[in-house]
Amino acid sequence: MSCDQCREREAVIHLTQIVDDQVTTLHLCEKCAAEKGVDSPGAHAKSPLGTLIGAMGKGPELVPTPRSSDLCVRCGATFQDFRESGRLGCPDCYRSFEAPLRDLLRRLHGSTHHLGERYADREQAATTPQAAEPEGQERAADLREQLRLAVETENFELAAELRDRLRVVE
Amino acid sequence: MIDLSLLTDGGVGWLDASGPASHLVLSTRVRLARNLTAHVFQGRNSETEREEILGTVEGAARESVLLRRATRFRLDRLERTDRQLLHERHLVSKELAGLDGDGRVRSGASVLVQDLIGVMLNEEDHLRIQGLHSGFALEETYALVDRLDAELGQRLAFAFHPEFGYLTSCPTNVGTGLRASVLIHLPGLVLTKEINKVLHGLAQVGLTHRGLYGEGSEVVGQFFQLSNQTTLGSSARWSAR
Repeated sequence: MSCDQCREREAVIHLTQIVDDQVTTLHLCEKCAAEKGVDSPGAHAKSPLGTLIGAMGKGPELVPTPRSSDLCVRCGATFQDFRESGRLGCPDCYRSFEAPLRDLLRRLHGSTHHLGERYADREQAATTPQAAEPEGQERAADLREQLRLAVETENFELAAELRDRLRVVE
Repeated sequence: MIDLSLLTDGGVGWLDASGPASHLVLSTRVRLARNLTAHVFQGRNSETEREEILGTVEGAARESVLLRRATRFRLDRLERTDRQLLHERHLVSKELAGLDGDGRVRSGASVLVQDLIGVMLNEEDHLRIQGLHSGFALEETYALVDRLDAELGQRLAFAFHPEFGYLTSCPTNVGTGLRASVLIHLPGLVLTKEINKVLHGLAQVGLTHRGLYGEGSEVVGQFFQLSNQTTLGSSARWSAR
């Protein structure tokens, strides 16, 4: 099926809109969809890494780019290396390129805050099992903290999800 | 030829249709991606480092309850046919078995297997802790994998960031490092040509699909592998559900 807009490329995004009970379907190629500002969740699902690289290739307006001289002090990887391979060099790269990666993680996962098991808690629980909090309380406290951060950073979509989860836990 | 009789189920326990809803779901797989904080990621490490990783993790595994009796296969010392066999039994990924791209096996590429659980070593991440279960058994498989993660985590220093969670070579796995998938047989939907609608719908609920042998494989025999798309912003248990 060809694109409704340019009639040249293959349509990969199928947009169904309902306005005043009128259903309209639009078939667009990736380029025309991007021009119209249509984001395709389907495309994200098929190739998360493709989305990642694609987003990064669009330059500083989407992903803040570190200076080309910036490199990870531990492994020597540059941000350019990551752009090319899609793989980071070492755990410290996440600190060296923290700002652009935070932006990228938000795009990939819809969030930047890890929820659930925390490694430090596990280590602590292993050494002092009697000090471990009951799981429900621990989770609720964690969720409350994440909720506070989400509201602070005006990530209201995440905040709403966290609020719902808190209700389930509490 | 490798001897798979070393494994109690011959590596095909997941295929015996003994699990819940096995008329529909062939198997359930849960994996966690972990890296050792002391080593750079796989793409930049040396042969010596990969041997060190193998030694360190195997040492920790031998002290654990769940992998104490594990059988170890060194993919880098096996013939292609043997590697293919391990891959077909879903014990190792295509990448680890060196069956994709140029067909070369990375030095230190290994797998430890005991019953339903195992660890791939020197894959894209240093450790890929995995559990495989017959039928639809996400909770049970996750519980098992989580126990092994806890056991190994007490003995090994995993790379962890207070905000991002467990750190992985590829940012698509950061957070929980969890990928939970079910291998499901959907001949009806394929025959009635309804399958594409379903697959499109999956993306809306944060799921993705792959072929019979996971990432990079084709859909054959109307078998679909469905798995979670994101690994950050949800707890591992939540994702597994």
